[in-house]
Amino acid sequence: MELEKIVEDTAVELLRIAATELNQAYVEEMTEALEGTEGAIGRAQLRNILENVRIAREQSLPMCQDTGIVAFMVKLGDGFPLRSGLKKILIRATRRATEEIPLRPNAVDMFKGNTGDNVGLNGHVPILYFDLVEGDRLELVAMPKGGGSTNVAAQRMLKPGLGLKGVKEFIVEAVAEAGSLGCPPYFVGVGIGGGEGMCMNLAKKALLRPFKVRNPDSNVAEMEGELLEKLNELGIGAMGLGEGPTALDLHIEMAARHPASLPVGVVLSCWALRHARATITSDGEVKIEENS
Amino acid sequence: MEHHLRTPVPEGEIRKLRMGDIVYLTGIVITARDEAHLKVLELHEMGERPPVDFEGAGIFHCGPIMKREGDVWRVVAAGPTTSARMEIFQDKFIEAFRPAIVIGKGGMGSRTAEACGEYGCVYGAFTGGAALLAARRIKRVREVYWLEELGMPECLWVLEVEDFGPMIVTIDTHGNNMTEDVRRRVSTRKDEILASLGGS
Repeated sequence: MELEKIVEDTAVELLRIAATELNQAYVEEMTEALEGTEGAIGRAQLRNILENVRIAREQSLPMCQDTGIVAFMVKLGDGFPLRSGLKKILIRATRRATEEIPLRPNAVDMFKGNTGDNVGLNGHVPILYFDLVEGDRLELVAMPKGGGSTNVAAQRMLKPGLGLKGVKEFIVEAVAEAGSLGCPPYFVGVGIGGGEGMCMNLAKKALLRPFKVRNPDSNVAEMEGELLEKLNELGIGAMGLGEGPTALDLHIEMAARHPASLPVGVVLSCWALRHARATITSDGEVKIEENS
Repeated sequence: MEHHLRTPVPEGEIRKLRMGDIVYLTGIVITARDEAHLKVLELHEMGERPPVDFEGAGIFHCGPIMKREGDVWRVVAAGPTTSARMEIFQDKFIEAFRPAIVIGKGGMGSRTAEACGEYGCVYGAFTGGAALLAARRIKRVREVYWLEELGMPECLWVLEVEDFGPMIVTIDTHGNNMTEDVRRRVSTRKDEILASLGGS
């Protein structure tokens, strides 16, 4: 089979896995949380989530009707034969996945209405993030993200004088403000530094770090632990009804900042943090990661 | 307390419900999100009637995934969307069309709560994202209106449901609003947390 077709088929499969199979580590965490939750309302929410996730996997159906705006994170090896053509392939895959899985059409043209196929406009959606890496492989991550939790993202250009304490305050405030709106329990991605746009990209990518794996920098790791604990003290609870966990995990990614700027981005994911990863060699060999 | 209600739900039944009660609904539930709310309210202002009667029924903040099989629409996934977006016109909607239950996730604010008390309506919180649980309780798609104009997520789907739930009553007709209660508690704790944060 041609490499183009292999990449397209893989991208469709990744969108299917992401939409229908929740990472087992998240399922286990929520199962544990259910055991530790006393209130009947919080327990009912977690039970419903877990039952829903089970049906989704069993029947290969989207776990949530909001199958999100489609994004792919691409790491393109120097020796991988496909270059700009990848964009067209990923757009084709998005159209096919919309039809085949099916995904809800979630791409809206403000003048003409819903495009119907999750694609539009001017090549901007699906959202594609490209990174150039060594080697001859292509790494592809599908990360569709729902509107509810996307709407409660927050970004602020803090005064550098507020320092790390100011950063922590902003993160706690952002999650408190999100409250019930983005389907908690949340996964929290934080990006610090870089610039006004980069902090948001870092925050979104932070969500993809494996579950409960802390930042390799011990200072950042400590801050992650502290914030995760504090966020759970907020008591938003499952679905914002005040019972059960508020946040399941929190990851921070950092970049250097301009001396005059302290950009902070907070990207939240609902309990349904959906993603799937594959690597494809130049020979067309595909390896889809289990529970990536 | 657990309640099993059937549409059209009489106002008296709705006024018996209390914040924290669990509700299951059988009968007619109609999906309506931002654009459908706008459109039916526009029609109402012009003195025209929308294509479907909301009185005593469930209004579902939901943009489902549907699949057409021959002449029949099948519900693939149909969980609730964030209701807060509808806060800007839900009160007018309740006043104009008198639904029995507004179904969604994330709760609603004081304007909606006031209209609920005044006109006899409650808010039922369905677990966000639990789209397949919801789909299982939908027995049939009776009608669809404005599909071409508004698209699949935004149009009006008229659904026949059986024991649709469990929903938690977070706004009742007696002035209670669980979402506001939690929000106030969270805000107090937030202030305590901010005061306790380390770092410089």
